[in-house]
Amino acid sequence: MNHSPTSDTAAPKMSARDVNVFYGDKQAIKDVSIDVDMDRVTAFIGPSGCGKSTFLRTLNRMNDTVGNARVTGDIRLDGEDIYDKSMDVVQLRARVGMVFQKPNPFPKSIFENVAYGPRIHGLAPSRADLEAIVERSLRRAGLWEEVKDRLSDSGTALSGGQQQRLCIARAIAVDPEVILMDEPCSALDPIATAKIEELIHELRGRYAIVIVTHNMQQAARVSQRTAFFHLGNLVEYGVTSEIFTNPRQERTKDYITGRYG
Amino acid sequence: MSSFALFFLLVGLALIGWIVARARAGSFARLGAGRVHSLPSQHGWYMAMWVAIPALLFLAVWSAVAPQLAQEAVLASPAAATLPADGFERAAVLAEARALANGTAYGAFNPASEPLAPVFATAQARYRWIGTAVALLLAFAGAAFAFTRIRPEFRARTRVERAVMLLLLGASLIAILTTLGIFLSLLFESGRFFSIVPITDFLFGTRWSPQVIRASDPGETLGAVPLFWGTFFIGAVIAMLVAIPFGLMSAIYLTQYARPTTRRWMKPILEILAGIPTVVYGYFAALTVGPAIRDLAVMLGMPYASSESALSAGLVMGVMIIPFVSSMADDSIAAVPRSMRDGSLAMGATTSETIRRVLLPAALPGVVAGVLLAVSRAIGETMIVVMAASGAATITLNPFESTTTVTKQIVDLLTGEAEFDSPKTLAAFALGLTLFVVTLLLNIVALRVVKRYREAYE
Repeated sequence: MNHSPTSDTAAPKMSARDVNVFYGDKQAIKDVSIDVDMDRVTAFIGPSGCGKSTFLRTLNRMNDTVGNARVTGDIRLDGEDIYDKSMDVVQLRARVGMVFQKPNPFPKSIFENVAYGPRIHGLAPSRADLEAIVERSLRRAGLWEEVKDRLSDSGTALSGGQQQRLCIARAIAVDPEVILMDEPCSALDPIATAKIEELIHELRGRYAIVIVTHNMQQAARVSQRTAFFHLGNLVEYGVTSEIFTNPRQERTKDYITGRYG
Repeated sequence: MSSFALFFLLVGLALIGWIVARARAGSFARLGAGRVHSLPSQHGWYMAMWVAIPALLFLAVWSAVAPQLAQEAVLASPAAATLPADGFERAAVLAEARALANGTAYGAFNPASEPLAPVFATAQARYRWIGTAVALLLAFAGAAFAFTRIRPEFRARTRVERAVMLLLLGASLIAILTTLGIFLSLLFESGRFFSIVPITDFLFGTRWSPQVIRASDPGETLGAVPLFWGTFFIGAVIAMLVAIPFGLMSAIYLTQYARPTTRRWMKPILEILAGIPTVVYGYFAALTVGPAIRDLAVMLGMPYASSESALSAGLVMGVMIIPFVSSMADDSIAAVPRSMRDGSLAMGATTSETIRRVLLPAALPGVVAGVLLAVSRAIGETMIVVMAASGAATITLNPFESTTTVTKQIVDLLTGEAEFDSPKTLAAFALGLTLFVVTLLLNIVALRVVKRYREAYE
């Protein structure tokens, strides 16, 4: 199958080959190979339990935190094997950030939430640098105007949509190259969702973004590439407009026309 | 009939009542009585309750009232005319007469009691007989009442449910009432103490030597500040210096680092530590830790160091409290949502950074509450300090010196010969009240902290 639907000659930002994920004896991902490009949004769609979130979590090794998870295959970031012994998972996660399904700001102030990453990675030598990073990150996340006067308020006191944008600001504060978003809008109302989608558009030029979503309209709206997962398999991967208008696989067609899922 | 036999007779009657009522209610269905509201066994229980409960309640009251009635009868009898007028002697003679009548004493020490014994015996026999008769009467009356109510539409189920509810309510009230009773008795005895010794002398006085109380100014040597200091120093400082770091670190290891298999055997072992009787810790403190610390102190240049140092009691108490702190901290760390941990790890934080910067701050209220509860346990802990701490009430910051605690002094004041209205004995109640109030406050604060914290995550 085609790993990369583009005819670009540029090397992919991340590439996965023959990836399998097991939880104990259960296989959650079967031989998935896929490329993720810079400056694009890649959407993973598929019915619940199809493995799209599991696969997403292999890209920054968050499955390591699940006791019985085992990953085989080859995943590279700029050509480096991220499961290699020499790969420092701390460095990897600084380069591949993540935004979760449910907004999970830390029970700290708004400022401290964004400053968390720069602090642990030592990105800001002085207080002024830190403040600059926090402001820039909040601006990019489209939250600055709303919170600039109450940076010392608790991050958990914000609304759900604001919390999610705070989490995005937190993720981009360490200047990642890839941002993984695991159903970032599933806990939000339509207005907050629209804001996040707008934000994804704006962020596209700087990062490689991978978004897992349940919502096919959302995938169609925000992404340029779409991958359809089913029962742990990658069924089809292609240019979003083609996947939605002219899917090659029968299963993809059934899913996007609402036959199942 | 002895009350024991009567009790079993009533239970037996209740059982018969249960069987009869059940059989009768069971016949409804066969008679085609239409919809039957309750199950036959529920009618059975209803009957059994009516047979047993009123009669048992009556017996409980009667067993308290009957001896009094018997004594009244004896006093009213002509044989009582020879009783001494003095209340104290009178009571002694009556008690002896009763012992003779019951056969628990074989000879009269006081000759006046001998003629009273048969009078006592007949009076007691009479009242016992009356009690038995009334109890049986109540049982049968209850049975008859319940029997007339066995009808298909009778809601025995509802009644039995309500009775069960009342039973459970009663059980929980007993704990509350006991606490209240203990508190009131402490309050009452402390009131007597404070009528002799001014409360300010007790709370702010710095000299504690109850062995040398001057009658003219008892408050002079009953200043409890050295005891409060010793309790605080041993229970809240030394013990916590051991328990907090070790408890917290073991909780962090168990929740964050340990594999499930390690956790499965390690946690129960830690909990066994909490189940060791405190007296075992006590002799460990007195026989092993105490002398070792004395030797250390001698080595450090304190030739007259005591083996009953604050340090030995405090250290052992700290070890005793570790599982307590650990399990509270474990619970509150585990209560921090997993998404917090994932969020931090996904930022590239290491496990220890995640613990230090995210998990512990989020779990802090729970940890603080656990520490407060641990302090309240430590300052109330008695056996270790009785065995390992000294009786010398000193105010010192030197952990090698001996200090004493509130609980140790309570034990010292109340053991041995003591008359119950001297300031020395009553001081124990005042100390008990102080301890009770302090631990109660600590518990209330801790529970409020926990409650507020729980709300934050729901």
